[in-house]
Order: sequence, then structure tokens, then C-alpha cells
Amino acid sequence: MSRLRDFWLILRGDPEADRVVPPTGFTVRLTFFSSSAMAFLAVFALALSFATGRLADRWGSELARSSTIRISAPAGQVEQQVQATLRVLETTPGVSETRVLGEDEQRALLEPWFGPDLPLDSLPIPRMVEVIEAGDGYDSEGLRLRLRAEVPGAVLDDHTRWRRPLIRAADRLRLLGWVSIGLIGAAMAAMITLAAQSALSANAQVIRVLRLVGARDVYIARAFVRRFTLRAFLGALTGTILGVLAVVLLPSASAEGGFLTGLGFQGSHWLWPLAVPLLAAVVAFWATRLAAFHALRELM
Amino acid sequence: MIELQDVAYSYGGGALLSGISMTLASGSFHFLTGPSGAGKTTFLKLCYGDLLASSGQVSVFGQDARGMDRDDIARLRRRIGVVHQDCQFLDHLSVAENVALPLGVSGKDARTEMQNLTDLLGWVGMSKQMDALPPSLSGGERQRAALARAVIMDPEIIIADEPTGNVDWEMSLRLLTLLVELNRMGKTVLVATHDLNLIRAAKAEVAARVLRIANGDIQLAGADL
Repeated sequence: MSRLRDFWLILRGDPEADRVVPPTGFTVRLTFFSSSAMAFLAVFALALSFATGRLADRWGSELARSSTIRISAPAGQVEQQVQATLRVLETTPGVSETRVLGEDEQRALLEPWFGPDLPLDSLPIPRMVEVIEAGDGYDSEGLRLRLRAEVPGAVLDDHTRWRRPLIRAADRLRLLGWVSIGLIGAAMAAMITLAAQSALSANAQVIRVLRLVGARDVYIARAFVRRFTLRAFLGALTGTILGVLAVVLLPSASAEGGFLTGLGFQGSHWLWPLAVPLLAAVVAFWATRLAAFHALRELM
Repeated sequence: MIELQDVAYSYGGGALLSGISMTLASGSFHFLTGPSGAGKTTFLKLCYGDLLASSGQVSVFGQDARGMDRDDIARLRRRIGVVHQDCQFLDHLSVAENVALPLGVSGKDARTEMQNLTDLLGWVGMSKQMDALPPSLSGGERQRAALARAVIMDPEIIIADEPTGNVDWEMSLRLLTLLVELNRMGKTVLVATHDLNLIRAAKAEVAARVLRIANGDIQLAGADL
């Protein structure tokens, strides 16, 4: 309850108590600058976490629902094997949709490697059949065995082999983003602690006088905590606004990036940066409070 | 009110005070005298909880100082007005704000105590300087403002450490008059001073007892002052 009361007193403010401790320019600048810079970085770390999260989800869900059957056969047997494959798929439980990729789609897939004028007719390009899963999906091992028996030129690729490491990498990146936010918070707490300790040392005489007239430690600490919490909040607010502007102004990669995603926020994720100044204020409150009580014990 | 039993205080390996037992009764007026470095300030600090005795017991208002936590000591200071030789003001605050400081730290609203503050500054003759900053005050003005700050919480005990150390004789007498007035109001007064003339002048006004501190011990001084 006393912590909540302290927080309320900080929000409410006490101009008389504030006047007791004179501001020290160096600590004002250090707190403001460090919280601005850390909030700016925190916005980017948040954007990175959300972007990699989206990427992992996308790769995990979209690719998990689709797979491909590649049919390589002598020129005269290709169409026959495609039809045989479709027949096998029609009778396979868990398959909702099948589609044979057209020449244009295959050309588009190969264009990045062979250029736009690819003579598909003259190349032994395998035909591709896209398979979309239904419900819990199909038994990939069973389908593989059936295809091997009925369509010798068909090979099932359910993307598992290359999808898993990609999802793992995206998940790690997301984790890295959150770890970065934690480290940014810790670094900010360290800098604010340093600034608070410096301010407390610079005001040792003020503390002596306050104690002489009967001030309790909580009164003295509150004067410092309020000042540092507000400074950190305003600094973090500035850094957050700049960080969000920088994210907004980032060039979009979604159109050209294909299966990549833009580094930014989408939908309700735009609300998350609003938490950065509040978290900075909470970090500053605790860092200054701990530093103040520690210093006041030392000054006994 | 303040009771010391076999109190010793050591500093830097040597005993500054040892075996001190005495009582400062409620409403009494005591002078503490002795050479520089004899331990007058240390003795006063033991009385208002700024230092803890190395051994022995210091009781203030019936409470053992060793059993007090930091909040208890803060509350104790609100019942004891302290005047330092160097006054210990916050130089960025006005005289009135400095004098009202004890009200603020104890949660009282200085605005509702404004009349009390004005009266008090008038009593010490500082009404005109209430908006001045401490560095612009003379030595005597600083001491009178410090005395006003010491009594604004209506404490039961006034402790003054060399209050006349930096002022002329006329101002010394003026400060003495204020302290005697406080004693007549029922306050317990303890003044450390090396100024024997001040003690002699006070004895004409009030039944003051004189304690002499020397070689780590405190003795009641006789009529040889």
C-alpha cells in the first residue's frame, strides 16, 4: 500500500517538496537523454519482435497447410502421371484442395534464377501440384508410399525439412527482440541509478539539513524519486515518438519482399509503444527509490 | 527528559567521552562549556540522536536511542529544535521557506501555519527578511532565523551549538534573551558555548546550570565562572 501511495504522491506532485531539492543540470540531461535513447531502441526491439513473430506465424501456418508434389517423367508420360497423382489425392483423406500449377506460375517461380525469357517448352521442367490440407491434415508417409506405388515420377515435398529451421530462426529472433527490451530496461535502470546516486551525492548537504529538521527517509527519497520518474517518463516519451516516426518512415518491404515481412507494427501492435514511457517511468521509480534508500543508509 | 547513563563515545580509536551519567530535567536551562575539541558537539549530537553512544545508554523522552530506527529518530528530531553554529540552511530557499521546512517534512501544510510563521519571524525580528535568501543575511540574522526554524514545531527541547560563535556581543545578548524566553515558556534549553561572559549574563536572567566538559568527562561547574 505504501508503494502505491508513493506512486500516487509522485503523480499528484508536491511543489513545496520539489523545491527542497535543487535540480542538478548534469543529472537532468543524463536521465532525459538515456531514457530517450533507450525508449527509441526499445521501439525498434518491439518492432523486431513483432515482425519476427508475424514471420514465424506466417511460415508456420501458411506453409504448414500447403505442400507440393513434383512430377518428373519423360515428356510423353507427364500428363498421364499428373492425372494419376490427382486421382490419388482425390481419395486421400485430409486433402481439401489440389491444383496443378500453370506454365505462367512455374515461369514466375523460376524467373528470379533464369530470367524472364525462359523457354519452358524446351526444358525438362517437372510439373508441380499444390496440395492444400484440410482439418488435421493428411498422413504424409501414407501418401508418399501410395505415390511411390502408383505414380513413380511423383515426389511429395511437405516443406517440413526447410520450414522448421526457418520457424526456429524466426522464433529465436523474436526471443532476441524481447531479450533486447529486457537489456534496454536494465541499462536504463543502471543509468538512472547512476544519475540518482550522483544527484544524491551532490545534495548531501540538503539531506543533512532535512534530517536535522526531522525528515524521514521516505520524504527525502520521494523528492528525488518524483523528479527522476518524471524526467525518465518525458525522456522516454520523446524517444518513443521519435522511434515510432522512424518505424513509420521505414521503406516497406512487403510488396517486393515476397514471403518476408516489413519491420514495423500492424493493427493493435501500434498500441505497444505507448507502454514504453510508462515502463520507463516504472523502471526509473524503482531504480531511484532503491538508489535513494541505499544512499540514505550510507549517509547515516 | 534526556538521561545519560555511563555513556562513552569513541572516535578514531580514542575515547572522546567516557563514563558520562547525567539528567537534563524538563524545563531546565543548561550551558555546556569546555575547550574546542573537548566533545561539546558530540555530546549534543548524542542528545538529539545524530550519533549513537559507543557504550552506555542515552534515553530521550524515555526512549533508549539504541532501540530507535531511522523513522523514530526523525520523529525525535521534530520534538527537539536544534540550532547549529553554521545554521545549516538550504541556500536556494528563502528565509521563510527555511523556517517552515520542519512543517513540510512532518506533513503539515505551511500555508495553514502562515500566521504562526509570521509571528515567529516577528518574534526573532526577521519579518523584513522573510523573502531573503540565506547567503544575503548577516551572522546574527542567520542565527535568529535558525532559532525560529528550531522552534516552529513547538519542540520540548532546544539544543543550540555555539549559537553566538559568529555574532557580536549585542547580538549574543539578543539571542540569549530569546533562549531565556523559550525557557520561561517551559522549554528545556541546552546551549554549548565557550563564551563565559554569555553564561555570566544568562545567570542574571535564569537559573542556568553549567556543565564543563574536559578530558572526556562532564562535571557540574562551580561558582568559579
